[in-house]
Amino acid sequence: MLNNYDELNDLQLDVLREIGNIGAGNAATALATILDEKVEISLPKVRITDFDTAVNALGGAETMTVGVLVNFDGEAHGMIMFLLKMEDAKGIMSILIQDDEEGQDGQLSDLKLSAIKEIGNILGSSYINSISQMTGLTIHVSIPYIAIDMAGALMSVPIIEFGSVGDKVMFIEECFSAEENKLSSNIIMFAEIETLKIIMERLGLEI
Amino acid sequence: MSELLVVGISDYKFGRNPSVFVTYALGSCVGICLYDKQLKVGGLSHIMLPESTMFSNSDINRMKFADTAIVDLVQDLVHLGADRRRLTAKIAGGAQMFEIQPGSLVGTIGDRNIASVKNVLQNLKIPIIAEDCGSNYGRTVYFDLETGIMKVQSLSRNVREL
Repeated sequence: MLNNYDELNDLQLDVLREIGNIGAGNAATALATILDEKVEISLPKVRITDFDTAVNALGGAETMTVGVLVNFDGEAHGMIMFLLKMEDAKGIMSILIQDDEEGQDGQLSDLKLSAIKEIGNILGSSYINSISQMTGLTIHVSIPYIAIDMAGALMSVPIIEFGSVGDKVMFIEECFSAEENKLSSNIIMFAEIETLKIIMERLGLEI
Repeated sequence: MSELLVVGISDYKFGRNPSVFVTYALGSCVGICLYDKQLKVGGLSHIMLPESTMFSNSDINRMKFADTAIVDLVQDLVHLGADRRRLTAKIAGGAQMFEIQPGSLVGTIGDRNIASVKNVLQNLKIPIIAEDCGSNYGRTVYFDLETGIMKVQSLSRNVREL
């Protein structure tokens, strides 16, 4: 019986990697369309780590990071976060929006913030759509939420949500890179253990 | 300056002067600095959730929850010689990182963490002499046992020494 993330066996981990591959693959296609540029996607990593490692997983805990959060619920529960460093967020925006207006203190303008939020929304929805299609599950996606802060403080949100039982969290992580403009970003998916079970059962695995 | 002792998430550390504790990037979590000024004995706790009673599992990590972590930290400080009646608290964190609609559990966890920490401290009769809580930004907290000062750093604001 699967009760904790660290009880996942090799076959189950393979299935999760494949889910990440397809979900993030779909999202990468969406991102490539938005940027009108080829987007490379890393091999998916399934991370099952303690909280501190999770906080530091995407660079230092205090690194200024732009995060877009999308919740999903319905027959599956979890969160998708699209995370990118400030410079990469600015880089993406310089491709998409030809306005030189900056927000206060060299931060992103409101227009650019809402554009990033929308990109996170599209990527999260593409990811979830592919899971939904694969499994036949009905999954609802929330509106996107954006924050710019320390990577660790942003990561604490899913860690609190999915780390209430046990001392480990699980997330599937991929890195996107757009070679031409040297941009990189991450998409990560957290899901409840019950959701992982349901998804794997739908894909024909015995749990 | 003495060596930095890093306190992780769901963790606490304590000791005697000279010691400086740090916990990085508190989001909705809360950092609690307890201090016996006379002996310069103290500790820093980084809690993640308000109450252990939400979970029936008996082998919980007591350092994860406000209700268990603070009680245990006080015990450990008393073992080091601190006088429970002299202990004071400074707290920071409990932000709401994303503007999530009301009613969502995630949206209010920061507030619930703060409320639980305050409640536990009140029950233990430990006064809160400084705080930097709530709002929507992450905080790194340093706690120096030489001075008892809690230093709060964030990306968007000036450093605060409390």
